Amino acid sequence: MRPGDRQAGRRPGLPNRAYRSLLVATAAIFVAVVGWYVLSIVVQARPAFSALGVSWIFQKVWDPTHNRFGLLPFILGTLETTAIAMVLAVPIGLGSALALAHLVPDRLKVPLSTMVELLAAVPSVVYGLWGLIVIAPVFRSTVEPFLSTVFGWTGLFNGPADGVGLLLAGVILFVMVLPTMVAISRDVLAVVPLEQVEGAMALGATRWQVLRKVVIPGARTGILGGFTLAIGRALGETVAVALIIGNSPYIAHSITSPAATLASLIVNNFGEATGTELSALFGAALVLMVIGVVVNAAARWLVPASALSSAVPVAVG
Amino acid sequence: MASALAFDAPSDPMLERRRLIHEAARSSLRRRALTSRVAVGVCWLCLGIAIVPLVAVVAYVVAKGLPAWSADFFTHVTAPEGIPGGGVWNAIVGTAEIGLISTAVTVPLGLSCGLFLAQSEGKVAAAVRFTADVMTGVPSITIGIFGYIAIVKNFGYSGLAGAFSIGIVMLPVVIRAGETAFRSVPPSLQEAALALGARNAVIARRVVVPTALPGVITGVFLAVARGLGETAPLLLTIFGNQYMQWNPTKPMDALPLVIFNNSSQPYADLVQIAWGAALLLLAVVLMLNIAGRVAAAVLRREKR
Repeated sequence: MRPGDRQAGRRPGLPNRAYRSLLVATAAIFVAVVGWYVLSIVVQARPAFSALGVSWIFQKVWDPTHNRFGLLPFILGTLETTAIAMVLAVPIGLGSALALAHLVPDRLKVPLSTMVELLAAVPSVVYGLWGLIVIAPVFRSTVEPFLSTVFGWTGLFNGPADGVGLLLAGVILFVMVLPTMVAISRDVLAVVPLEQVEGAMALGATRWQVLRKVVIPGARTGILGGFTLAIGRALGETVAVALIIGNSPYIAHSITSPAATLASLIVNNFGEATGTELSALFGAALVLMVIGVVVNAAARWLVPASALSSAVPVAVG
Repeated sequence: MASALAFDAPSDPMLERRRLIHEAARSSLRRRALTSRVAVGVCWLCLGIAIVPLVAVVAYVVAKGLPAWSADFFTHVTAPEGIPGGGVWNAIVGTAEIGLISTAVTVPLGLSCGLFLAQSEGKVAAAVRFTADVMTGVPSITIGIFGYIAIVKNFGYSGLAGAFSIGIVMLPVVIRAGETAFRSVPPSLQEAALALGARNAVIARRVVVPTALPGVITGVFLAVARGLGETAPLLLTIFGNQYMQWNPTKPMDALPLVIFNNSSQPYADLVQIAWGAALLLLAVVLMLNIAGRVAAAVLRREKR
């Protein structure tokens, strides 16, 4: 950089200092926009906090006509759908990532991995449409009656068999986050040093022992980061969930009951909301934003930057 | 020799230990092999379970969407309520304009910010990088809310408000894609240009950007694909419009919005329009993904 500073007038291009300032300025614009984003939501949510106190977030009743705007049902709905999705996605995602990284024959690896990455790009509203029109009727006619006769004694599946509800939302979220999770886990599982794998094999370890004792421990933080990113995506998913969760502002008493999440609450009530209700919706957005930032910061902290590249659609290789 | 070894063996603790390990490994081999076979089978099963629904989504969209594709579907605007037929031409125009505007703004801004990150070390750059990473995963509905507060509250619903929100979804993706691509440029190339007396701006334009171009193109295409598929930010910003609207300062329609609004309608022909729009959106998004990869591969090959 230093040598370029002399004889500045004669050579083509911006002077180094001006060029550098230009780059810094664009970064500053980005940071300023992010700051604007955070601040504007905080400011718009403030009336709700001053009108209702801080505890309103954890109150149980959402009833705009009586000026009650408790967010607890929606926070629970958000956590429950995400939990259902992750209970399914963690074992199945890990298993298929292992298969994709180490079991699939070499000539299938690239096509299958590319397919998974392409599927991660399918817009979420398409999953919502599919869940509502194709899967919800199957849930209504087959899956939910079956669950309530077989597992009815647990009390978990006693809700109305409408098809739509927490369970359907959780299952569709599971399908949605799966490609993201498999793509990241596959990347971190595939980079385990070959020497370690060969060493374990030479010691007489079976295929599964190699996977469990060598491959998985080496990739543990990366896998965890992938799961965390998937959790973030499931928590914040809006349109797919809004279509299939049934949108009921009460705390669900069973897994098959209709419910609502923070995001679906915002989408469904935004059009008609005014005054304190509108501010309460901004408050819901604030809660969602805080959750999103915390979860993604955790994921960023866990996943090596290189592995993130396939999660977030970023150029690879 | 063998007899000498056998004679020595019991007295040599190393060999004794080796024998014990060998026996333990052999006696457990059957159990371990069985466990391994079952576990590997479970992994394969997981892969199957994972692939079936994902392929089913695409297959359903193609099977249900293709019948909706007619000449009217692409050339007519939304039909008035109760009248069958109609198309999504207004939504196609809306999506195209919103996509073009947000791409035109975020790509230069994002790539230049990516260049900054690629050429900077230290705490400030790390903080910006961290911000970009977190922003890629922030729930997009909150970005829609931001678009509403920042634009709609002041200027009303419009295509531009939608483009603003979509741009904010795309920006961090472009930044990180750009940084990854620019970082892959060998330092030796840049040092050679520096030694020839080139200024940093010239090095960026003549060396860094051309070398990183394949990666940049892939990244930009993926970012655009992601932006076009976003629905939640549009729901709160562009309002929807069943008439033709070319002016982006007015409320517009967009394909994701058509899918979302039509899918919960009780009329079969409206749901069919939703399937057709889903197929179109899916096709565009997948094309952009594939085109980005292919373009990068072609560019790389040409360079050699």
